[in-house]
Amino acid sequence: MIPPNTHDSLLVIVPALNEEAAIGGVVSEIHQHVPGVPVLVIDDCSADSTIAVARQAGAEVLPMPHHLGLGGCVQAGYKLAYELGFQYVIRVDGDGQHDASDIPRVYEKLKTTGCEMVIGSRFVADNGSRTGAVRALGIRFFRLVLRPVLGKEVHDPTSGFVGVNRRALDVFRQSFPLEYPEIEALVVLQRRRFRFEEVPCKMRPRTTGRSTITALRSLYYVLHVLLGVFVNVLKFDRRYHRAQRERGAGG
Amino acid sequence: MDRLLNVTTGLSVILLVMVLVSVRRAHIRVEYSVSWLLAAAAMLILSRAHLLLNAVRNLIGLPDSPLTLFLLAGGVFLIMFFRFSVIVSHLRDNNIALAQRVAILEYHLQNLRNHESQEV
Repeated sequence: MIPPNTHDSLLVIVPALNEEAAIGGVVSEIHQHVPGVPVLVIDDCSADSTIAVARQAGAEVLPMPHHLGLGGCVQAGYKLAYELGFQYVIRVDGDGQHDASDIPRVYEKLKTTGCEMVIGSRFVADNGSRTGAVRALGIRFFRLVLRPVLGKEVHDPTSGFVGVNRRALDVFRQSFPLEYPEIEALVVLQRRRFRFEEVPCKMRPRTTGRSTITALRSLYYVLHVLLGVFVNVLKFDRRYHRAQRERGAGG
Repeated sequence: MDRLLNVTTGLSVILLVMVLVSVRRAHIRVEYSVSWLLAAAAMLILSRAHLLLNAVRNLIGLPDSPLTLFLLAGGVFLIMFFRFSVIVSHLRDNNIALAQRVAILEYHLQNLRNHESQEV
């Protein structure tokens, strides 16, 4: 991958696990909609030929030595992007559910608003995206929980279609939630007084592979994420108040 | 009551032997065996020293000695499980950071090799 030399360099990262059926199409679609932008597929130790298919489609591949989970993969991508000097990174899922034609809009929003994170949201405007009843209920629940924590409404807190700038990259390369990272990552950024925006995006139904969040794991997911949010709120509030006290003592 | 205490003594001895054998065979590291050895030794001493166990029982205010011993043992093992959860969490974090570093270094190495072969 050629190290970026522009002030608005973009890298698209695609975490993937056993996505040989979809990954080729995902990479080609990204190249079609944002030509010239490098695509980095982070392979979480797939048992199929995800790596070969991704390379054939023109992506760079960062293979993990063993299974790290979604958060570990995404963080590895963020670390590499930061080391290579990229200014913006957009994450797209490897299952083909995200529409690559939305990438330019997310990128534009990142550049023009200067906010640290842009979420591609299915629900910020009615764009025909549909989701299952249980998942929709979960998203509503987290919207309610997150509103007082974030201080503003987030329409699609579980979206994996996320763009970040270099300031957020610097935070995430050091600390990133390892399991179900989307919601916790939002809280981590907000607690550092960073801003996020949402742009309407389409989401297609999954055609290959299986979602990591199955019906049985839903309860664990809710508990895990709630605990993560709670811990992050406590951690960062304590740090913030300590800093305030020190500032006050320093005059 | 005595039979229960004897069973506890037997279990403590088995635990002590198991831990010592495991350390000798390098199945567990010495630093992680210390807490197991201490717990087993404490159980062994309490199950044999009736006076000491009775003193602890009176201090806590429980009705009988075996219950006191099992509550103490349960408490000690809970603390040890918690300690090992902390250790495992640290190891997992370090393991993930190392795996990411290995992957990134391999990526850079591969790029260098490709660059060199192109130059040749």
